[in-house]
Amino acid sequence: MANDKLIINRRTALKTGLAGAAALATPTFFIRNAWADDFCNMPKGKEVTFGFNIPQSGAYADEGMDELKAYQLAVKHLNGEGDGGMLKTMKPLALKGNGVLGKKVAYVSGDTQTKADQARATAKRMIEKDGAIMITGGSSSAEAVAVQSLCQDVGVIFMAGLTHSNDTTGKDKRAYGFRHFFNAYMSGVALGPVLAEAYGKDRVAYHLTADYTWGWTQEESMKDATEKQGWKTVKAVRTPLGAADFSQYITPVLNSGADVLILNHYGKDMINSLTQAVQFGLRDKMANGKKFEIVVPLFSELMAQGAGDAIKGIYGTANWDWKLEDAATSAFTKSFGAAYGTPPSQAAQTCYVQALLYADACERAGSFNPTAVIKALEGFEFDGMGNGKTLYRAADHQCFKDVLVVQGKDKPKDKFDLLEVRKIVPASQVTYDPSIFGGELGSKDAKKCG
Amino acid sequence: MKHTSKLADIALLIGFAIVVALGPVIFTPIGAGYPDLLQKFAIYGIFAIGFNILFGLTGYLSFGHAAFLGVGSYAAVWSFKLLSMDLLPAVIASVLLAGLLALAIGFISLRRSGIYFSILTLAFAQMCYNMAYSVLTPITNGETGLRVLRNDPRHLDAAFGYVSPMPSLLGLQITGWTGFYICGAVLVAAFGLSIAIFRSPFGMTLRAIKSNQNRMGYTGYSSRPYLLSAFVISGMFAGLAGSLLAATDPLAGAERMQWTASGEVVLMTILGGAGTLLGPVLGTGLIKYFENIFSAYNEQQLTAMFAFLPDGVREAVVKTTGLFVGEGWQLTLGLLFMAVVIFLPGGIMEGINRLLGLKHTPKVKSLGDSPQRDGLGEMVIEEMPPSHGAAEADKKVAEQKNAEKKRAVAP
Amino acid sequence: MDAIILQILNGLDKGGAYALIALGLTLAFGTLGVVNFAHGALFMLGAFCAVVFNKLLTLEIVRVDPTKTTPWGSPLEVKTPYVQAMLGDWGKVFIDYSVPVSIVMAIPVMLLIGIVIERGLIRFFYKRPHADQILVTFGLAIVLQEIVKHFFGANPIAQSAPQIFSGSLQMTEAIVYPYWRIIYLAFSLAVIAAVFAFLQLTTFGMVVRAGMQDRETVGLLGINIERRFTIVFGLAAVVAGVAGVMYTPIVPPDYHMGMDFLVLSFVVVVVGGMGSLPGAVLAGFLLGILQSFASMNEVKALVPGIDQIIIYLVAVVILLVRPRGLLGRKGVMES
Repeated sequence: MANDKLIINRRTALKTGLAGAAALATPTFFIRNAWADDFCNMPKGKEVTFGFNIPQSGAYADEGMDELKAYQLAVKHLNGEGDGGMLKTMKPLALKGNGVLGKKVAYVSGDTQTKADQARATAKRMIEKDGAIMITGGSSSAEAVAVQSLCQDVGVIFMAGLTHSNDTTGKDKRAYGFRHFFNAYMSGVALGPVLAEAYGKDRVAYHLTADYTWGWTQEESMKDATEKQGWKTVKAVRTPLGAADFSQYITPVLNSGADVLILNHYGKDMINSLTQAVQFGLRDKMANGKKFEIVVPLFSELMAQGAGDAIKGIYGTANWDWKLEDAATSAFTKSFGAAYGTPPSQAAQTCYVQALLYADACERAGSFNPTAVIKALEGFEFDGMGNGKTLYRAADHQCFKDVLVVQGKDKPKDKFDLLEVRKIVPASQVTYDPSIFGGELGSKDAKKCG
Repeated sequence: MKHTSKLADIALLIGFAIVVALGPVIFTPIGAGYPDLLQKFAIYGIFAIGFNILFGLTGYLSFGHAAFLGVGSYAAVWSFKLLSMDLLPAVIASVLLAGLLALAIGFISLRRSGIYFSILTLAFAQMCYNMAYSVLTPITNGETGLRVLRNDPRHLDAAFGYVSPMPSLLGLQITGWTGFYICGAVLVAAFGLSIAIFRSPFGMTLRAIKSNQNRMGYTGYSSRPYLLSAFVISGMFAGLAGSLLAATDPLAGAERMQWTASGEVVLMTILGGAGTLLGPVLGTGLIKYFENIFSAYNEQQLTAMFAFLPDGVREAVVKTTGLFVGEGWQLTLGLLFMAVVIFLPGGIMEGINRLLGLKHTPKVKSLGDSPQRDGLGEMVIEEMPPSHGAAEADKKVAEQKNAEKKRAVAP
Repeated sequence: MDAIILQILNGLDKGGAYALIALGLTLAFGTLGVVNFAHGALFMLGAFCAVVFNKLLTLEIVRVDPTKTTPWGSPLEVKTPYVQAMLGDWGKVFIDYSVPVSIVMAIPVMLLIGIVIERGLIRFFYKRPHADQILVTFGLAIVLQEIVKHFFGANPIAQSAPQIFSGSLQMTEAIVYPYWRIIYLAFSLAVIAAVFAFLQLTTFGMVVRAGMQDRETVGLLGINIERRFTIVFGLAAVVAGVAGVMYTPIVPPDYHMGMDFLVLSFVVVVVGGMGSLPGAVLAGFLLGILQSFASMNEVKALVPGIDQIIIYLVAVVILLVRPRGLLGRKGVMES
């Protein structure tokens, strides 16, 4: 142990940069070899470091900001500061509010710029330089898939943040990656019946789809789900990413014979295309003797804010909403609101929960060893995290829980009151066979950092 | 014309190699001493060195160099998928493919000069990016990026019964510090090559094109082949950087080809000092440092850093610094660009030269406008390349013309 | 047929936006010889003038009620809008029209910003090469952008057109077009006409045009051309700014919108010919219409993905056929 202590001292000294001379005398790789004995970044001091990999610039910077706030709150609660948030409601709970396995939780953060390359670079920095035991965060599927495969290679657990593509826990799933957020397939299954109920079974849909992987999977899921309800698909058109003006794609919809427009767009694309579609009078239009409707399968509160009045009455799906009435949701909403003055977004909730779930799994496993943590998370059933009874499925590391169908509110009280929960689709209805998306998890063995 | 001696060049190269070798020690105190960032320093350094051969020497400002980097990455990953996990075939494939693409784009774009050339290269690169993101997804895997998978065929490896989970060089895995030293070695080689090109008659001709293309034309020089060669060479450097990027991190995404990535290498080069030997590498280091270290400071770390301050003051200081680091890192970068252009038109290299008080440094009026300078500010070209240089370069030209030209060139 | 007419309308509308941005860029370039990478940021600042104006109008008296809390647990704030309280129903109308009315604020603000940028920064760069100008204005663009991000966040902020313009004009059975887009087209044509009239019909404009042709001679005539050029740069900023203001109901503004338009506007300017004002306008409309047609399903079926690259493809073809763009003059921006 004496030996250990010496090394820790040296490392802490390095981190604070106080011992420049010591650093010069001792190239880091000697130290690294010394403390990377069991598995990558095994924590040996009184602290354990989490890596929060979030976008702080680019289109999703505000989502990233909310995620970081949620993580900071999670760290506080884990360390027994603040009001405890969901630690009071989570069942079963192994955490004691004294950090994780007795070690205080510290964190490092980085700006992914919403780019897969940069997300990997920041994740590597956290792993190689800051000694992060776990990486979590992200706000796009490309980032999630990229960071997840990196984490698999180096042997660090990745708890995905905002990522909605089927691929993350489908064909690109990894043993070291875990996703709490729902996916495009679940959106489709949850939304289909609600749409048929609201708009009738005899509808003709026109898809506008962002021309990249996420858009395609979303389009496919929505087609399947709506066609099962008896809808027809007249056309699916791909639009370039980041086209600020979508008018040239919207005008052909007007006379296409369709009576529903499904926008498989996300982020800024979704805000612009929805705003403009509404401007073109699509929602005041009658087609085939029915009122024309617009559907946006996935949108967040921030996007609803960006779209302004255009979001009113639009159906979509959500992972969670702060207006849910269970004890966990109100506990989390209260402590988030008290700390930052605004209610949390669904991005904040999924990130907060992911951080807690990881910490809890370590506590239950009695070790930070990733193999043990993976085992503790696989098949873990829990409740009291705002989504009802939830299962972390072992076969693909996807969480199965209720999916919310939401609708833009007609008369919002303030800018945080934009969505109304229309239906809670139970987890059993959105559960699917993991084999439909293929992919394999790969090795669960602990590794010594890359 | 004064000429730096060969010895000085060799000393420069050796010094550079020593700095690269000691990278892990040198960069640790400023928080950059970890393998991934040092790999990025080296790789983007190669990219910028290559870009500098075109922009620094000829003054032709390409706004589409990221396309070559991206194509290099894709070629390398495909080589890892289809041929072998070894670096060599990947590098060959990348450099060749990037070179071919550069030949095609350069052939068309070099018909125009000035901003028209810039826009042409930008247009080609944006086309590559947009296609890679959408229509070419079967080849590029679009948004998600092209990755190496366990069950890829790898025909060469299969034939030799060689298995490696990560890209490697002759059995040495390109990760961590090994990865850095491999990239570093390539960087030193690229730097050496760039010195050689700067000093060669070919390099002289390129500078002559920059300082006065018309005059070159009058002397009978056809500048296009020289420009095209420079363009292709710098494209190949970019391809090489792309393949190393794919080797240290086997994933190639389309965003590497976006115009912002092309813009980044322009900024790196100008920030460091275009037309100088060391400048591009310094500029690269600075920008990558900002992107990865400056952006990482968060409230917790700042509070810890300023823990020695009294309570009220500390919060204020943390808040003000928070504007410039963390999510505000781009603000600092923007201010830095402006400061460098305004006060140090020759980039960081000019600042260093001024600090060291080196002689023979002509006062630089502007960035990228300095054919007279090189790494140590030693060389001053007042005239066209001397005849021995021209003769060397003119071997391809008919002999008769050659003789006339020599007369014309001689002062 | 209807589809084609609609696409022409779309193209004209897009073209109007492109032409306005390119016009300002060309003005700055033609007069001052400065390649202004911060022009997109000026467009963005203009859009945020509309946002600020709207915020000012909807400014609220906020009182914290400590006895009650919001559903998410922080103290409840009771808000009453100022304007509504002061002007009653008139205030509501005012808020409804905030986007067009904010032009009144945007013009002086943008003129001031333009003049400050020119006097404070750009004038030191007249004699420096274009690479310097690009770098310094790019740095400026980042700084402006980050400042806006600091105050307004990264999320787009929706602005709505006045209630009566929010519908669409029914032209024929199948052709419907939003009022606001028709207004935008008319507005851009009006601004373009105004700029040309200003340069062609006023003495000030004549001097500026003379200065664009031959700065030295005009200077020798004892005319302070520098000051006029400063004003022209301010004018360019105003054109970009009002284009941004009017664009907000179509694309909700965020801090990054300038960068999104930057590359495109440079392509437009170069295709039109550096320094040629008619060229910029012509290229703007041409590229707008071509882009609209390339996005039609029939065309995309023929050439997949053509809508992704059409702008750049056209730029390459035009630059190869006409070396200086559509209407460019010789010797501008060439070494």
